[in-house]
Amino acid sequence: MDFALSPEHQMVQKMVRDFAQKEIAPVIKEHDRKQEPIPTALKRMGELGILGICIPVRYGGQGMDYLTLGLACEELEAVDTSLRVAMSVHAGLCSLNLFQWGTEEQKERLLVPLASGEKLGCGAFTEPGMGSDVAAMTTTAKRDGDFYILNGEKMWISLATKADLAMVTVKTNPSARKASEGLSAFIVDLHSEGVKTGDIHGKLGVRAGSTGWISFTDVKVPVANRIGEEGEGFKITMSGFDHGRYTVASGATGIIRASLEASVSYAKTRKTFGKPIAEHQLIQEKIAKMAQDYEIARLLYYQVGWLKNQGKRSTRETSYAKKFATEASFNAANEAIQIHGAYGFSDEYDVERYLRNSKGAVIYEGSSEIQSLIQAGYALGERTDKPLRCELPAYDESVWQS
Amino acid sequence: MKIIACIKQVPDSEAKVKAENGQVSWGDAPLVINPFDEYAVEGALQQKETTNGTVTALCIGPESAKDALKHALAMGADEAVLVSDSALDGLDTLGAARVLAAAIQKIGGADMVVFGRQTLDNGAGLTPAQTARVLGWPMLGLAGQIKVDGGNVTVERVIEEGRQTVSAKLPAVLSVVQSIGEPRYPSFMGIRKASKAAIPVWTLADLGVAAPTALVTRAELMNPPSRETKVEIITGESPAEIADKLADKILAEKVL
Ligand SMILES: Cc1cc2nc3c(=O)[nH]c(=O)nc-3n(C[C@H](O)[C@H](O)[C@H](O)COP(=O)(O)OP(=O)(O)OC[C@H]3O[C@@H](n4cnc5c(N)ncnc54)[C@H](O)[C@@H]3O)c2cc1C
Ligand SMILES: Cc1cc2nc3c(=O)[nH]c(=O)nc-3n(C[C@H](O)[C@H](O)[C@H](O)COP(=O)(O)OP(=O)(O)OC[C@H]3O[C@@H](n4cnc5c(N)ncnc54)[C@H](O)[C@@H]3O)c2cc1C
Repeated sequence: MDFALSPEHQMVQKMVRDFAQKEIAPVIKEHDRKQEPIPTALKRMGELGILGICIPVRYGGQGMDYLTLGLACEELEAVDTSLRVAMSVHAGLCSLNLFQWGTEEQKERLLVPLASGEKLGCGAFTEPGMGSDVAAMTTTAKRDGDFYILNGEKMWISLATKADLAMVTVKTNPSARKASEGLSAFIVDLHSEGVKTGDIHGKLGVRAGSTGWISFTDVKVPVANRIGEEGEGFKITMSGFDHGRYTVASGATGIIRASLEASVSYAKTRKTFGKPIAEHQLIQEKIAKMAQDYEIARLLYYQVGWLKNQGKRSTRETSYAKKFATEASFNAANEAIQIHGAYGFSDEYDVERYLRNSKGAVIYEGSSEIQSLIQAGYALGERTDKPLRCELPAYDESVWQS
Repeated sequence: MKIIACIKQVPDSEAKVKAENGQVSWGDAPLVINPFDEYAVEGALQQKETTNGTVTALCIGPESAKDALKHALAMGADEAVLVSDSALDGLDTLGAARVLAAAIQKIGGADMVVFGRQTLDNGAGLTPAQTARVLGWPMLGLAGQIKVDGGNVTVERVIEEGRQTVSAKLPAVLSVVQSIGEPRYPSFMGIRKASKAAIPVWTLADLGVAAPTALVTRAELMNPPSRETKVEIITGESPAEIADKLADKILAEKVL
């Protein structure tokens, strides 16, 4: 067993940290207040290769391993959640899933522009009437010759108004025996005729991130853009969540770290009753909990990164990592505010933003309740992983970098 | 064009540096590439790109200084060389210049050597000029922009009185300032290359030079005197009363 990060991993951590600290940290408060994305953020992440970090070089990516994706997400979300959300949907739900399920032709045509950052991707599953119950979606696609005709609306979609391509799951067979067998997945060009998008404002958190809706009115999608077979949409969507949840888990770990760091530095300087509050045991307990949770969250997502590198399924371990880290990040941010007292309640300090940002991840990409159901299913022996037609390939340096 | 960038490894700028038993100590703060030398690497890489050249990063330091060199490689330098020798412990800037000059000669064929303006730790700012002197090459200091044209290099220097353009024949030694442009982040490809790079380590014997004797020695290292500060909050019934009390205090303390 080896818990050490390689020099390569460490250099990536530093590079992503420097980027987030230098270019995002100084302006994030202003954009969060105005509920406006930082216009250059995604472009810069593309230029620096972060958006295609663990996709093989021959598909336009940077050829790093899957653990590196998690490390980058931790660094990004330690500064702001909006950056990590972009990774979750562009890299996780869209690119990695396309890498797992796409044909060689689809990878060359669709993955290359995504991984190189030339185009932005998102993942569109949730609808106004459904979220957790994926099989209950009502957006439809009907085959018409070489095309499918899409109709319906997707809601709460990160990067809805920014993305060029979307991994969209829709119903292709309303009379399927099991609803989950009637779904299919497509890569939809969001610049197609009949696609409309808009932003949702008034969100509690991730205010510098873009979340919106996408509506499809008789949108023609070439059959060549169907990912997997007809009826495989549910499985593909779940694979996408394996990747997305991993980025959410590692990102939330970054919020725990940021909350811990802010709390330690504040607690050492703020004095009450004649001594720094860091010397009060009740404050120490909060800090100790954050430090411990950071360690647990980190180890849980490292485990997922490792499993992915080995080419092993990690649905269960990803669920542990996602549920633990997102809940712990919410608690850590909450306690960080408590430690900052009234100042923590003001947007002069970052910790209130951490709290607002952390809440969403307890809901999206499979809420905590859904994660508990998954975990109970495994524990009770009611759920086992059946082999998929297309598994995420194990990381192989020579293949990734050639 | 063949370019050499001289870089040093220093304690992180956030390190708490203090004198301990006559030695400098920075606790367990991480060591990083001297921030001014990131600009040197950036300047060198810009010239590499415009002239289709190569960049070699060069450093005198302990084995751990390989990390600073790897940073330069990850930014885009083609090669790196570390000069390391236990006989270099008491090095002064002229000594550093002699050793650097010998290494530059051994690397061979350099058209341009780029330095940072100074280091974050010792900060003499003398090494570039002294290296130029040892090499017998022209020295263009504190360059903000570099242009190479044929066998000449022209740099723009921003000085207090305004802007100055100076040029010299290559090979030349340059030191650069921040206006050269923000140092680029390491690229992923660079990171991979750097993490796999085998960095040669040269000793003084490899360079064929004797250990330089320090002309300048450190007689003493002291921490700055700790200052006693006292805070007193002046209170009163009205702003006028507070102002009066404050004015009295200021006069009594002879601040004015
Ligand atoms: C900021 C943000 C970004 C998002 N980005 C995306 C995106 O990019 N793409 C996308 O497709 N979606 C996205 N979503 C939507 C998100 O995935 C859904 O909100 C999530 O799946 C939950 O669905 P819902 O909101 O419809 O809640 P519902 O499914 O209606 O659930 C409501 C509540 O009931 C609970 N619940 C549901 N079923 C059960 C059960 N069986 N047992 C116990 N409790 C249950 C849930 O946990 C929740 O607490 C985003 C959401 C947010 C807030
Ligand atoms: C009296 C005295 C005693 C010293 N004793 C020690 C000692 O015992 N141990 C010790 O580690 N240091 C010691 N130093 C510091 C060491 O000698 C200096 O680091 C070195 O001489 C460079 O001086 P500087 O740091 O002031 O560099 P500056 O002249 O400020 O550096 C300018 C530029 O020169 C280049 N440069 C500087 N140093 C190096 C290097 N090592 N490799 C490659 N390029 C470089 C960089 O581009 C840098 O930006 C001592 C310094 C003095 C003055």
